Amino acid sequence: MAGPEKRRAEGAPVGRRAMLGMLGAGAAGIAAAPYLQRGWESVLGAASQADPTGLTGLLPNPGGFRYYSVVGSVPRKDETTYRLRVRGLVKRPTTYTLADLRAMPQTRVVHDVLCTDGWRVERTPFEGVRLSEILDAAGVRSPGAAVHFTCFDGAYTESLTLEQARRSDVLIALKMQDAPVSHAHGGPVRLYVAPMYFYKSAKWLSGISVTDTVVPGYWEERGYAVDGWLDDADRHDAAA
Amino acid sequence: MPSTAGSTTPTGMTPRPDRGGPVRPGAAGGRADAEPVPGDADRARHRAGGAEGGGQRPGRIKRFSRAERMVHRATGLLMLVCLVSAACLYLGPLAVLVGRRHLMVTVHEWSGISLPLPFLLGLLSAEFRADLRRLNRFAPYDREWLRAARHRLRGPQARPAGKFNAGQKLYAGWLAGAVVVMAFTGLLMWFLGLLPAISRTSAIFVHDLLAWAIVIVLLGHVRKAFEDPETRLGMRTGYVSRTWAQRHHSRWLGEEHETGGDDRADRADRADRS
Repeated sequence: MAGPEKRRAEGAPVGRRAMLGMLGAGAAGIAAAPYLQRGWESVLGAASQADPTGLTGLLPNPGGFRYYSVVGSVPRKDETTYRLRVRGLVKRPTTYTLADLRAMPQTRVVHDVLCTDGWRVERTPFEGVRLSEILDAAGVRSPGAAVHFTCFDGAYTESLTLEQARRSDVLIALKMQDAPVSHAHGGPVRLYVAPMYFYKSAKWLSGISVTDTVVPGYWEERGYAVDGWLDDADRHDAAA
Repeated sequence: MPSTAGSTTPTGMTPRPDRGGPVRPGAAGGRADAEPVPGDADRARHRAGGAEGGGQRPGRIKRFSRAERMVHRATGLLMLVCLVSAACLYLGPLAVLVGRRHLMVTVHEWSGISLPLPFLLGLLSAEFRADLRRLNRFAPYDREWLRAARHRLRGPQARPAGKFNAGQKLYAGWLAGAVVVMAFTGLLMWFLGLLPAISRTSAIFVHDLLAWAIVIVLLGHVRKAFEDPETRLGMRTGYVSRTWAQRHHSRWLGEEHETGGDDRADRADRADRS
């Protein structure tokens, strides 16, 4: 309706333009994100090295790890209280202390850590006992075909096929970035599955159980892929 | 809700009956806050405040209907839940303190995706739709307001405004777009592989950056509200004082009057445009 008595000119629809402008910026942002992000990461990575305030840690992809836990609080375990139990379809159920694990041959794996939430930590060294050694020591018996992991946070679980578990780049990690794995990072012992997204690398590892089928882990029951391969992962472990 | 009627009434105003029905033009004789044409101003007040009918209060002008206030309250609450859960997911120390990642993710997802719901329900209200139109359209004096804001000129004379000032108009439009972008990128993170062409990393990058922009803009919004108790009163009770309206939204009452004609035309006009 545009009667002459309607004197208030409608005026430019600036509100709508602001909204559409934001939508356009969002679309452009998504399109440019792969390029922007690389630059962003390198700038922030450099900045966070020289940032005593830690404020750069609040920005997107600041470099470095982020703390994830699915429970409210996680008990602390040390040399005296930590145990790793190997059970299930094995010939020799075994319980390891921290000292037992430290006495075994140690393997160092350096790989990029990638979270499904977009953050990445490049060339991160992990060190510990190969999972394959633990499995061999216990002796997998038929019909064992998969490994299920439980954690002393009381909630988190993970899984691998036996083939994946035997890879040379799958560790029971005792060290991360050349220091003992801290509590926040899942210490004293965590799983490290180098060729997969980081949710596969269960923190606060306390139990290894050989099963006949893959039992989906915590996030896998909530929609994540059971095989969390990184895009560029060599899925057949040519390095082994 | 406690009645605040009269609490900011200018001194010397004659009290009126609270439930006197429509106020008759010209009944304002003897008021001390001088207005050029008391009768006209009263009609304007009647129009601005008459939408709900019978809700006339002495010296107060209806600014927001109950529906609009509920939309604002619900949106604000959802936004708060969304932001707090986001902080628990995103900020390291808070994440360590709270943990419970799956619970926080669920709260964040549902509060976020519900954010447009109060708005959509609000569209059922004619007053809400009318205010959306007011927010959308820029009058010439809105550009004047923006110029004043750019030159850091304060004071109501420098910043003319209708029912909403230019800043509020831009804020509303921008935030509407931002919420849509957040919902879209959020859904991409929620449902893995929804649009394989867009990587989850890209969606997260935009989601994170825009989240900070929204936090900054919302802090500005809250700061503005804290600076002016009467603007909060308006959103809480629906009513503001005439002096406040004339001071901060100088063109509002005049405009509402101009568009009208008589009451019936005003209502027909509303119905037609809604």
